[in-house]
Amino acid sequence: MIKQITVFLENKPGRMEEVTGCLADKKINIHALSIADTADFGILRMIVSDHDKAVSALKDKNFMVKTADVIAVAMGHSPGSLHDVLKKLRELDISIEYMYAFTSRSKNYDAIVIMRLENQDATLDKINGSGIQMLGRELLDRLNEV
Amino acid sequence: MERYWNKPIETMEREQLRAVQLEKLLATIQNVYANVPHYREKMRAKGMLPGDIKTLDNLHDLPITTKQDLRDTYPFGLFAVPMEDIVRIHASSGTTGKQTVVGYTRNDIDMWADCMARCLTMAGADRSSRVQVAYGYGLFTGGLGAHYGTEKFGAVTVPASSGNTQRQITMMIDFGVTHLCCTPSYALNIAEVLQEMGYTKDDLNLKAGCFGAEPWSDGMRAEIENRLGIRAYDIYGLSEVMGPAVAHECGHHNGLHIWEDNFIAEITDPDTGMPVRDGQTGDLVVTTISKEGLPLIRYKTRDICALNYETCECGRTHARMSKPAGRSDDMLIIRGVNVFPSQIESVLLSIEEVLPHYQIVVDRVNNADTLTVEIEISETMFTDDVKGIEGFEKKINNRMNSVLGISAKIRFVEPKTIARSEGKAKRVIDNRKI
Repeated sequence: MIKQITVFLENKPGRMEEVTGCLADKKINIHALSIADTADFGILRMIVSDHDKAVSALKDKNFMVKTADVIAVAMGHSPGSLHDVLKKLRELDISIEYMYAFTSRSKNYDAIVIMRLENQDATLDKINGSGIQMLGRELLDRLNEV
Repeated sequence: MERYWNKPIETMEREQLRAVQLEKLLATIQNVYANVPHYREKMRAKGMLPGDIKTLDNLHDLPITTKQDLRDTYPFGLFAVPMEDIVRIHASSGTTGKQTVVGYTRNDIDMWADCMARCLTMAGADRSSRVQVAYGYGLFTGGLGAHYGTEKFGAVTVPASSGNTQRQITMMIDFGVTHLCCTPSYALNIAEVLQEMGYTKDDLNLKAGCFGAEPWSDGMRAEIENRLGIRAYDIYGLSEVMGPAVAHECGHHNGLHIWEDNFIAEITDPDTGMPVRDGQTGDLVVTTISKEGLPLIRYKTRDICALNYETCECGRTHARMSKPAGRSDDMLIIRGVNVFPSQIESVLLSIEEVLPHYQIVVDRVNNADTLTVEIEISETMFTDDVKGIEGFEKKINNRMNSVLGISAKIRFVEPKTIARSEGKAKRVIDNRKI
């Protein structure tokens, strides 16, 4: 599993910039991000290069920060590949709470989808051996080299 | 064993206490009639002479005094002694109009200190106690009022005044401070900064605190007691009447004992101004019967409470006022429902995950009142998903609805974005008045 940073953001001008500024100062790279937004607040989810450092840097700036476990699913950057993954998940009766995707320059893993599954801990066994390819933390950090 | 500062007075039989009150009341009426033209005119307008007051019940016939009377006679018009007998002036902040000025003779200061000493005794202090006074010093009555009381009491007084919170905490730790006097919102601020500085409540030697000058809920009391590891006592007062120590809780926390040998308390109906039956809630009206500089006859405090005349388990016979929910001018009317900010606080703090950092915003949109409660999001409320946060929104709103009969828009804000108080907290922003 991969550690994701989750940040509570009020819908106020400049808040997102405060986050990126904070990470830039600490030379932390953002691999992927997404925002779930409501009328009053947003939830920013990020996979970053140095998780622990990012958490403490954001907490120092009084941000409300949590860590969540997510999975990173690798697939080909080609038509239908996400569909195949989702189909398998449905066959395994696994629901997704949220997901977001990014692409990379990696030759082997050029499309990656970050997912949070319902009852994630319990369902992971089902995925292992289903043909769905999950990436570990180490691989994610050096994607462009593989 | 219950300890008292002045046992004969604090436990005096009610019959005898009433006799003391009557004697002092008659002298006060004679005094203001002779020495304060404003009172004389108001009594004459009602066709009254001092001799018409023969019993304590006759007090109800005298005209009410309000803040407006103090403003109309600004600055010194209600003083009953020549200025050479006045030794101190305090003044209200004047945020709701022209400031009001109060004056004290040497005897007044001494009487005030004596009341404060009784309060400190109830809060468990003794002469070896170290009392940090973190109310603001200056024209506000909180700082100097508590200060003179602790000195008279004989405890070690640490005159910290308010603000500079990290230094307050350093002093509390280094000096082994046992008692803290400040507003409840500032006590909470101190607890928060204590944690930020890397200390815990175990680093303090604090036993109790006398907190007042703003309304606060029992939920807030629990919060302060937990975070600072102390017992929190409610102290009541208002500058016009004297300052802090008009009333204070004993260890039974079942109402605040009003020092009735110095103050006569009545409860009147907010609509008719007539006295209510015993035990009913209404406007607290106070007559000072010991003060020389600025005696007040039937002063309408605007605090809403009830009185209990039964002898307390602590042995004190002086009446207990219920913890006031707030001043009548602080009451919010939201779509026709009357609600005190402290009641909203009670609801919020009844939910475990909610921290006592909130702000109430009232507005009017399309001729309808809107109520928004902004709450700082807490660790326990912030889940990884939108659903979880919206669940809390719903939970808070449901409880507001069932307890207070009003619904509010709940808006979560980021940590430390609601201003921390160093004195009286500003909990309500009412945009309707603008």
